[in-house]
Amino acid sequence: MARPLRSARLRAAALTLPLVFFVGVTFIAPLGSILVRSIHEPQVADALPQTLASLEAWDGTSVPSEDMFRTLATEFRLLDEQRKLGSVATRVNRLESGMRSTMLDTARALGDADPDSWRDAMIAADPVWGEAKAWLAVRRAGERFTLRHYLNAIDLDRDASGNIVAQPPDRRIYLPLLFRTLGVSLVISVICLILGYPVAYLIANASPARSNLLLLLVLVPFWTSLLVRTTSWIVLLQNQGVVNDLLVAIGVIGDEGRIALVYNMVGTLVAMTQILLPFMILPLYAVMRSISPVHLRAASSLGATFRQGFVHVYWPQTLPGVAAGSLLVFILSIGYYITPALVGGRTGQLISNMIAYHMQESLNWGLAAALGVILLLGVMLLYLVYNRLVGIERMRLS
Amino acid sequence: MRQSMASFGFGERMGRGLHLAFCAAVLIFLIAPMLVVIPLSFNAEPYFTFTEGMLSLDPEAYSLRWYRNVIEDGIWQRALGNSILIGVAATAIATTLGVLAALGLANPAMPGRGFVTSLLISPMVTPIIISAAGMFFFYSRLGLGQTHLSLILAHAVLGTPFVVISVTATLVGFDRNLVRAGASLGAGPFLVFRRIQLPLIAPGVISGSLFAFAASFDEVVTVLFLGGLEQRTIPRQMWSGIREQISPEILAVATFLVVFALLLLGAVEWLRGRGRSGAAGGE
Repeated sequence: MARPLRSARLRAAALTLPLVFFVGVTFIAPLGSILVRSIHEPQVADALPQTLASLEAWDGTSVPSEDMFRTLATEFRLLDEQRKLGSVATRVNRLESGMRSTMLDTARALGDADPDSWRDAMIAADPVWGEAKAWLAVRRAGERFTLRHYLNAIDLDRDASGNIVAQPPDRRIYLPLLFRTLGVSLVISVICLILGYPVAYLIANASPARSNLLLLLVLVPFWTSLLVRTTSWIVLLQNQGVVNDLLVAIGVIGDEGRIALVYNMVGTLVAMTQILLPFMILPLYAVMRSISPVHLRAASSLGATFRQGFVHVYWPQTLPGVAAGSLLVFILSIGYYITPALVGGRTGQLISNMIAYHMQESLNWGLAAALGVILLLGVMLLYLVYNRLVGIERMRLS
Repeated sequence: MRQSMASFGFGERMGRGLHLAFCAAVLIFLIAPMLVVIPLSFNAEPYFTFTEGMLSLDPEAYSLRWYRNVIEDGIWQRALGNSILIGVAATAIATTLGVLAALGLANPAMPGRGFVTSLLISPMVTPIIISAAGMFFFYSRLGLGQTHLSLILAHAVLGTPFVVISVTATLVGFDRNLVRAGASLGAGPFLVFRRIQLPLIAPGVISGSLFAFAASFDEVVTVLFLGGLEQRTIPRQMWSGIREQISPEILAVATFLVVFALLLLGAVEWLRGRGRSGAAGGE
């Protein structure tokens, strides 16, 4: 008896194996590389090996010895020749602002000649070399493994003596952005529920022919390219766009009083609501379709008003759909990137856009990776909840 | 429904009217944005709004110039070529691997089904910016940055969950006795698959692959991260158009994509109808 069962299990597992392997290599491994990037930053350590070795013995407060100045200057010179000094300087600069120009200026001031005193020459190039903070920044940037990207991602940092402290107020941007993303997602979920519930109810209770037609109206935007839908909103909402033209034409606003509806948070909210609304309507519809209209009729024949029947009989039965739709919209909103990037302007950006900024513009990949890991953990947690409530394999596509 | 409504009074009937009006407004909100794009793509002027000529239905105000520009533009031609190449290759990989995996997952003997399902669906539920960033690190380390191959692999893995889900759905009502019957009559596993299982799951396979293709055809973030100039696809070209110099050519392309979406939707709905009648016939 046991043998055929085992071979059936093996056969089933063998069928899934190619895809498991493929997902492992092309998806899980890339996610793993994000995790590695978020804690592993070897570039400075590789660039300044001797300086960092000599800094290990340094007490962290006094002005370093002549030897250490010479080692650092020699390594700077080497990096400058290899044209790598700029990227190393950028990394040190993230820990102590001003260090980028300090390092580049120092390398230029030292030139090719060997001075009598490296210490005097470097302090002459930039007095900050006489302070411990410059050396501490170099030492900390040289840590191969670090948790500072995670600290920075939640607006914390280490001070000179290694204590965890809050960032100065003007640099606390990530936690507010995270809360803004959560807030926007919550608002969009609630709006989608308010807009979607009556529509789902209408579709679920219409005659089959009408129900199919109405469902089609929900599915068409669902299938239409995200970029097309986002473009449409720009066309509709921009200053010289259809909505503003219409408002001017009917005299609600003057030609000078055109409202900024796009390239700000309004644009993000409107476009994302329209794009995510089908994800709310479809699960609601699926649940409502299975609720027999007999229940409401029974309630009304027992003397309940429509409102009573709805609140006590209908609404409780739709809760699984409400939970599924709201959670799905919330999860999708948290990770939204394309729409805020195109219609959000400066004020309508979400956490994903910050990750993209650090990936593509500031090139602070470690911080981008740490923000990505935090976002991923949050989304995974929400999916666990979704899985318990709805079942992830029951996610419907149409 | 109508019966139950009759028993309610005037107030309820007014409520029903309000409900219908509200639903109409929401449905217009859902559909209208795409509908506005279509007439504007025929605008003779380079504006994104209806000109007076358009509103008075003056034929002079309409033109096919933006369509001509797009069709004649080598950049859009190459973008279409890239989109099709990457989409078809990615869909072929996703469909092959996805169908096999769905067959395994549908087998009651499958060990660790919950975990494996979550793993296989994870590409669909991970925020795209994270997937794209990870793939960027991963493929540039492998020396595959800015290649078609990296994009094909990326779109393939992002498309597999659609195939797994829709094939699994068609297998839910599948009677495993048919497999046993086939096997007892001497058919090997491959013959059983080809003659019994494949015809029954075909609608799910095709609609899953259409989903995967549509996902690839609309995907822009991995192209932003992994692709160079040579790998620009239609969505990537639209992205530049929207960000840099927004021109009505974008609306012509958008209209084309709306038509394309309608065709795909029609195909999937038709297959769904067939799948239902097929499953009913099998029972």
